[in-house]
Amino acid sequence: MSAVLEVRGVVKAFGENVVLRGVDLAVDEHRVVALIGGSGSGKSTLLRCASLLEVVDDGQVLLDGEDITDPRVDADAVRRRLGVVFQAYNLFPHLTVLDNVTLAPVRVHGRSRSEAREEALALLERIGLADKSGEYPDRLSGGQQQRVAIVRALAVRPRVLLLDEITSALDPELVGEVLRLVREVAEQGMTIVMATHEMGFAKQVADTVCFLDQGVVLESGPPAQVLGDPVEPRTRQFLSRIIDAGRL
Amino acid sequence: MVAYLVVTRSPGWPRVQTTFFSLEFGRESFLPILRGLWVNVQVLLIGGVCVVVLGLGLAVLRTLRGPAFAPLRILATAYVDLFRGMPLIITLYLVGFGLPALRLQGIPTSPFVLGTVAIVLTYSAYVAEVFRAGIESVHPSQRAAARSLGLTHRQMMRIVVLPQAVRNVTPALLNDFVALQKDVGLISVLGAVDAVRAAQILVGQSFNFTPYVVAGLLFVLLAVPSARIADAVSARARRRQQSGSTL
Repeated sequence: MSAVLEVRGVVKAFGENVVLRGVDLAVDEHRVVALIGGSGSGKSTLLRCASLLEVVDDGQVLLDGEDITDPRVDADAVRRRLGVVFQAYNLFPHLTVLDNVTLAPVRVHGRSRSEAREEALALLERIGLADKSGEYPDRLSGGQQQRVAIVRALAVRPRVLLLDEITSALDPELVGEVLRLVREVAEQGMTIVMATHEMGFAKQVADTVCFLDQGVVLESGPPAQVLGDPVEPRTRQFLSRIIDAGRL
Repeated sequence: MVAYLVVTRSPGWPRVQTTFFSLEFGRESFLPILRGLWVNVQVLLIGGVCVVVLGLGLAVLRTLRGPAFAPLRILATAYVDLFRGMPLIITLYLVGFGLPALRLQGIPTSPFVLGTVAIVLTYSAYVAEVFRAGIESVHPSQRAAARSLGLTHRQMMRIVVLPQAVRNVTPALLNDFVALQKDVGLISVLGAVDAVRAAQILVGQSFNFTPYVVAGLLFVLLAVPSARIADAVSARARRRQQSGSTL
């Protein structure tokens, strides 16, 4: 089975600060990969490189076997095949919930307005927010906004869904509803890469957990192994701090 | 009250009253000046639309990123520096008297058109900076979200960035509109018979300054509705910001 998304030796620096020092990662179809690691370990940067929001300094990112970091590739066409959800939701505040969801299907994928609308309403119905479709994002709770953002990303039928610490900005009582949706999406077979601090969730939903440390994947494997019985001392150290904080 | 007493009891007041506030001259000058004001309103409306279009274009050019767009950025910056720094009256003279003096074919000679061009040159430079501030006030995460959906740079600007940018700077834009309303009176220096010029002609005939007062008051009346609209829009923006501060 070939990987949907493959990262090969990716290096990324911001000025003097080298964030990624040669990251390798392969994500097979219908799999969920969780990226864990301390802040500054490069999780978000890796996702931004994979979604072409940052240009890599070295290495390659392959989507369905195609090198998307090649400068000759049409980056807009590549981004169309990806879904990204951000920590701070990033819904468009001047558009209604429905317009947020239908924007890309209509403008980027050329679907008809009525078809996009129908599909968007069906997706919103599924997450119980169909009645909010005419509202502007600032009338919604953080959890509702983030679920709309997930639906917006799904509306383009992406090959991979990239989730960048999507629960980190949420009040604790709203985390559950967002994770429930992610689990549902994963169960339906979506390929997902998620940077997360929710170790319990990673343990239950992820097929693979990757521990990033100082810009490299230090350890990766099934969640039970990486989170339960890590090999690397730095992984142990990181996890013990998480356990101390009561997050696992 | 004090000022009123001081003015009306000053030794020169009776003289000032007859030369500046004569009811008779006021009535006589009203219609010609009002006709002149219609010229100002036309310049205001046509110029206003051109200012917004040109200003928005300049702002978009100035906010383009990447080395490939450096020439466009530099040109736009030079334009803004030039016409923001140049006093409007000088721009008016240069455009109004300099352009027709070239005697090129197709260059209009109407002071109305040339005056409008000069005003658009100056005001578009100001308005470009207002729009630029608006574009830069839209959080980069909005751009990231737009691009991640596959929108092109152009679509991102048009659908995501500019609507939010314009909304953010509407109070400032309306403020500039109020300023533009009175500066359209400056086209009179080119000889266009606007309200100011009409008043000037009447003053020249009678040596009574009341027509200037009439023209001034008419400009004030023209500005009041826009000023109130600007207030209302600012207040609404403030309220929205406060209600949004919990996000």
